[in-house]
Amino acid sequence: MIKLNNVHKRFGHLEVLKGIDLTVPKGEKLVIIGPSGSGKSTLIRCMNGLEEVTSGEVYIDGKLMTHKTRAALNRQYSSMVFQQFNLYPHLTVMENLTLAPMKLKKVSREEAEALAMENLRRVGLAQKAQVYPTTLSGGQQQRIAIARSLTMKNPVIYFDEPTSALDPEMVQEVLDIMIELGHDDVTMVVVTHEMGFAREVADHVVFCDGGYILEQGTPEHFFTNPEHERTRAFLSKILR
Amino acid sequence: METVFSAKAWATVWQYRATFLNGLMNTLGSAVVGLLIAMVIGFALGLMATGSRKGLRVIARVYVEFFQNTPLILQVCFLYYALAYSGVKITVVMIGFISLGLYHGAYVAEVVRAGIQSIPMGQFDAARSQGFDYVDTMRHIILPQTIKIILPPMVNQMVALIKNTSCLYIIGGADLIATTYNFVTGASTGGAYGPAYLVGGALFFCVCYPLSMMAGRWEQKLKARDRIKPEQTDDGAKEAAV
Repeated sequence: MIKLNNVHKRFGHLEVLKGIDLTVPKGEKLVIIGPSGSGKSTLIRCMNGLEEVTSGEVYIDGKLMTHKTRAALNRQYSSMVFQQFNLYPHLTVMENLTLAPMKLKKVSREEAEALAMENLRRVGLAQKAQVYPTTLSGGQQQRIAIARSLTMKNPVIYFDEPTSALDPEMVQEVLDIMIELGHDDVTMVVVTHEMGFAREVADHVVFCDGGYILEQGTPEHFFTNPEHERTRAFLSKILR
Repeated sequence: METVFSAKAWATVWQYRATFLNGLMNTLGSAVVGLLIAMVIGFALGLMATGSRKGLRVIARVYVEFFQNTPLILQVCFLYYALAYSGVKITVVMIGFISLGLYHGAYVAEVVRAGIQSIPMGQFDAARSQGFDYVDTMRHIILPQTIKIILPPMVNQMVALIKNTSCLYIIGGADLIATTYNFVTGASTGGAYGPAYLVGGALFFCVCYPLSMMAGRWEQKLKARDRIKPEQTDDGAKEAAV
């Protein structure tokens, strides 16, 4: 589904990704972990073209991601949930969900609203359809953002540290929805520090450090028997 | 010559009140058409200045710096004489529209640029991640948010524009200042300097002050709304508990 081929990303003199090769099969739940500054957010942002790669290639379903193909590929294949939610503050919750399907996929209003309502119910916020996002708590906003990504009905959803900006008591309500999503056949790529989530949902875990993929494997491999000293040190800190 | 504030001078001004109102209407007309031109130029340049093409950014920058750093009155004169001597048939009123539009276009461009740049990058990211291209991102997501922010400074531009119609007097425009000047130097009406300029000033003030007030209130309201924190309410806690 997603294939990265020797991807390098440079910001000025700083090389953030130093040659990433990665394949994400259809339906896989991939969790990317690593210390801050390891390039994991940049990596996920390269997948949907929010960052343009300096060299190497990103393929979605065999199609090359470039500045020119980005809009069409994202429209057809993927959605993203952000650390800061990034809901559109000038639109109601309902409009946040229906804007892209109606404008980009030419779905009728009735159809888009019905689908949006279904997804709002799924995240437990159907009663908030007509309010503006800024009146909601962080946890609620993130659940709306997940509903928005579902309403695109795309085969891939990217999560870029979806719980990192939340107050501790709101983390679980978001994780619960993501865990539930894990039973769907949607492809999930998740950058997170939530090891419990990784353990429960991930098919595959990737550990990034210093712009490289240092180690990858199943969650069992990671949490029982990590190979690299660096991985062990990181996990011991984060698992406490 | 009359004493500047004599009753007779006031009477003359009152007698010619329609002339003053006519001058005010011309000033407002020039301001409105000038603002429309300035908005078109300003939005185009503002979008160029925030886009990804370097060539367009440079053009926008050069335009803004050029028009902001030379006097309007010079631009008015230049346009008038340059066009007159190159044989272009154009009315003084048209020159007024164009020069005000070009000059304030530079200021509107800066307002639009600042407005767009005040929108968090996350909004662009969200739009792109959903597959909106540049035009649709601007149209559906960025500009609707920008417009609320730039309305107050836009009204301030309107005020500046109304006052700047006074520069048109140098080319004999039909604006309020030119009207007042013609009145005080006219053969039959001349001499009532004090009252005439007071009336001219009062007319400017009556139009500009409400606009300034409105812009100020608007800005306060926007600021107040930004201060309201998203409620981390019991509502959220209740749901989490369920």
